Amino acid sequence: MKTKSMLLGGLAAAALCVGTTGHASAQMSDGVIKIGVLNDQSGTYADLSGQGSVFAARKAVEDFCKAQKCEKIEVVFGDHQNKPDIGAGVARRWYDVEQVDMIVDTPTSSVAFAVNQITREKNKVFLNSGAGASDLTGSACSPNLVHWTYDTWALAHGTGSAIVKQGGKSWYFLTADYAFGHALERDTAAVVEKMGGKVVGKVRHPFPAQDFSSFLLQAQASKAQVIGLANAGADTINSIKQASEFGIVQGGQKLAGLLVFITDVHALGLKTAQGLTFTEAWYWDTSDANRAFAKEFAAANKGNYPTMVQAGVYSAVMHYLKAVHALGSDADGAKVVAKMKEMPTDDKLFGKGTIRADGRKIHDLMLVEVKKPEESKGPWDYHKVVATIPAAEAFRPLAEGGCALVK
Amino acid sequence: MFELLGVPPQALLGQLLLGLINGAFYALLSLGLAVIFGLMNVINFTHGAQYMMGAFVAWMLLQYAGIPYWGALVLSPLIVGATGIVIERLLISRLYHLDHLYGLLLTFGLALIVEGLFRQQYGSSGLPYTNPIPGGQNLGFMFLPWYRGWVVAFSLAVCLVTWFTIERTKLGAYLRAATERPDLVQAFGVNVPRMITLTYGVGVGLAALAGVLAAPIYTVNPTMGSNLIIVVFAVVVIGGMGSIAGSIVTGFGLGVVEGLTKVFWPEASATVIFVIMAIVLMVRPQGLFGTPR
Amino acid sequence: MTSTSRRASGGAGRNVDLIVFAVLVAALLVAPLAVYPVLLMKVLCFALFACAFNLLIGYGGLLSFGHAMFFGFAAYVSGYTVKTWGFSTELGILAGTAVAAALGLVAGVIAIRRQGIYFAMVTLALAQMVFFFCLQAPFTGGEDGIQAIPRRPLFGLVDISGDLSLYYVVLAIFAAGFLIIWRTIHSPFGQVLKAIRENEARAVSLGYAVDRFKLIAFVLSATLAGLAGATKALVFQLASLTDVTWQMSGEVVLMTLVGGMGTVFGPIVGAAVIVVMQNTFTGFGEWVLVAQGCIFVLTVLLFRRGIVGEIVAIARRRAAAGEAVGREAPAGG
Repeated sequence: MKTKSMLLGGLAAAALCVGTTGHASAQMSDGVIKIGVLNDQSGTYADLSGQGSVFAARKAVEDFCKAQKCEKIEVVFGDHQNKPDIGAGVARRWYDVEQVDMIVDTPTSSVAFAVNQITREKNKVFLNSGAGASDLTGSACSPNLVHWTYDTWALAHGTGSAIVKQGGKSWYFLTADYAFGHALERDTAAVVEKMGGKVVGKVRHPFPAQDFSSFLLQAQASKAQVIGLANAGADTINSIKQASEFGIVQGGQKLAGLLVFITDVHALGLKTAQGLTFTEAWYWDTSDANRAFAKEFAAANKGNYPTMVQAGVYSAVMHYLKAVHALGSDADGAKVVAKMKEMPTDDKLFGKGTIRADGRKIHDLMLVEVKKPEESKGPWDYHKVVATIPAAEAFRPLAEGGCALVK
Repeated sequence: MFELLGVPPQALLGQLLLGLINGAFYALLSLGLAVIFGLMNVINFTHGAQYMMGAFVAWMLLQYAGIPYWGALVLSPLIVGATGIVIERLLISRLYHLDHLYGLLLTFGLALIVEGLFRQQYGSSGLPYTNPIPGGQNLGFMFLPWYRGWVVAFSLAVCLVTWFTIERTKLGAYLRAATERPDLVQAFGVNVPRMITLTYGVGVGLAALAGVLAAPIYTVNPTMGSNLIIVVFAVVVIGGMGSIAGSIVTGFGLGVVEGLTKVFWPEASATVIFVIMAIVLMVRPQGLFGTPR
Repeated sequence: MTSTSRRASGGAGRNVDLIVFAVLVAALLVAPLAVYPVLLMKVLCFALFACAFNLLIGYGGLLSFGHAMFFGFAAYVSGYTVKTWGFSTELGILAGTAVAAALGLVAGVIAIRRQGIYFAMVTLALAQMVFFFCLQAPFTGGEDGIQAIPRRPLFGLVDISGDLSLYYVVLAIFAAGFLIIWRTIHSPFGQVLKAIRENEARAVSLGYAVDRFKLIAFVLSATLAGLAGATKALVFQLASLTDVTWQMSGEVVLMTLVGGMGTVFGPIVGAAVIVVMQNTFTGFGEWVLVAQGCIFVLTVLLFRRGIVGEIVAIARRRAAAGEAVGREAPAGG
């Protein structure tokens, strides 16, 4: 009896897994280019990636097929719930069973690492837009990966150097006490000191934390000009919210977010977030093409405007399709990525750019400051662009990453 | 200037006050747990979810009905308490004749359902709730936001009222008697099942009240309860389930201890309560205020 | 907590157990022909985990709400030793299991001082401490976990890089773990444990060192949970925070509850049901959480014996009815 019920369960699962064997490696694997958007559909990062990224991928396919004749292209999506084992499971199933040719987006570094490894093993293509880990193009770099939109090194470096340039010389760090927070703090502190600034102190808070008042008070007492928030997600939102409660910005100190998205600003509201400075790879209100995209995006996504991650998905999918088209085949993942690196990138959202040998996509970044409520003229009118960080300086120099593909 | 381990005394005073504010949440939540446990012998695992519901109901009242914070402070505990009463009548009451662990398992399952539903509906990136009393007062040693001051004063008052009701009034006497000998109290003509139901409602209401108080400080988030509830369990184990006063004192006290840890050894502030729990269990297994049984 | 099936420890019950187990293993030997082996391995790892947990709750009456600490921490240890220190596969699993045993000893000494609900809360809190340790300690890789754990040949000989060959290794580990538990339950030690569960005061008055028995059961349960976790790390080549969270502790409670607490095969069935359900629901986001909660509530309210417990109860009722009929017939004739 017991065995039977278990086997029944097993059979139900088997039904999902039919076709494990016999993957056809035809020209366009079965004449279809299948794109898998793997991201967070329901958790912390659902707003900055989620269905919005799926929309962006579909939009890219639509625009590509408008410009030229195209093959059958399918877009599927999956939820990794920010857990590496679940993400890895979906990626394996997609590649093994469902003939997915390329995975795109994938925020949450832990999941990105897992998918990166599987993609390399199966020789497919992984275009990451959502995750921040700069090791993806460093020690974990792969011939099957392009890291598209941003990484933590770029954000830390961009924000750190730009603020020191503006006169924010003394820094205090509020750091989430785990590997990711430490890396953000380390990268930012390095650039602050290199530019002639000074780190006067730091406090490491547990992760995740609810109450930041104690740490903020210590930051306030340090009298540093800038408080660097080396944390992410809910921790960043709560620390900004409580900083406003304790009047830290009004007291003359500046908050620097080292990993902040426009959706975080939206969740906080301008009243609380005003004055926050951080680095973005893309902002909707910078060109007519961007504004048009944002308008269409908002109409389809409950009024939300696109984040840089979602715009990056559009741009990445577009370039991938161009490369596959130029190559005439999507069968060999490494070859597709090599072609992508060879061709210069150009699309309506990110403009012209290149992809480096280590898989890093290169483009300009910008330093933005959150507007005061009275400066905002409409929905999602949140950012003032304070400075542009030219592509050449924006990302970690090729030699410093330690990527094995770079000789 | 005199400094204690490199921290000026003024700053220390500020941190003590902040610790007390966090302690207020621990106290309110462990008090609710203690009230429920005292009468029903059920560890209410749904407590964290009900705390979260309290915050969410406040947010919904503002969002959909335009009812501000002060209205929510009254309405939200009532609404969430009412859902608690329904849960007790429909589900928990079926388990009283069984081992108490089944109550724990049931409420654990309920907590998963509630959290899952809210996450499905509202995502988990959190929703903003505006601070009803912005601004604050510079106390010399620290800037005290008005709202934090209100939280600590109000929750202290609620704790004292609850304590007084249970320990010093006739109703409380019935409650305590029903805890010891439900059959006898029933024989005296007191409707014990109804009393149990209402007690659960009150305990849940306390959790929801803590949720409303938390809404303006933290973002309203479906996961806000599940992270807190385990710390509160540790608080309860440390205090022991012996007395209402015990849970209040332990709640505030541990808040202060945690606050001080954030100054001297911030990395350990997430674990300090668990470490204290382990030590207390080694030395005094029944908890600080518990009676051995 | 009361057990649902008082399995006779005599010859008949044992033989039935062993026959069922033999059939189960035979079925599992051919199962990869029909089912994705990675899924099967996941089921087996969780089945062993749930069996280890069941030893404590089903036979010792102790509800641990922190078993993820052994499962997850062992996964980290085996992952780290294999990946960074270059341990061989079998040594890595052994290291993870041994560390879980040591952790079980420490946690056990603290936790067994309280009973019932308090025991559950204490284990939960201790597990949360381990969670924070894993989050902050540098060797676990924080949120990223330990990834790309190599699958080295077993004993330097057997290649396990393919899913299918690894599957049989996992099956062997599972079978060994299961037999250890089964043997323990039916030993004099297991009998004393059951006596303590039924009536602790009486066991004390009979002169048993109750705390020592509980501690040994706790450590054994922790060790086998560690074995399961260490194996899982090699299957998925990944050790992550998911496995040390309190939600994971809740999942193993759920598996055991659904399958049947205190039944020999219940946890295996429960693990299969829950893992397959999670697999089916992957695309539905948070509904998995809701579904698990609903299963919890329904099981507690409606069929506390669990799937296997109910089956055993029905079988026993039939047998009893049959006996009654058998006795009546000659009387009537």
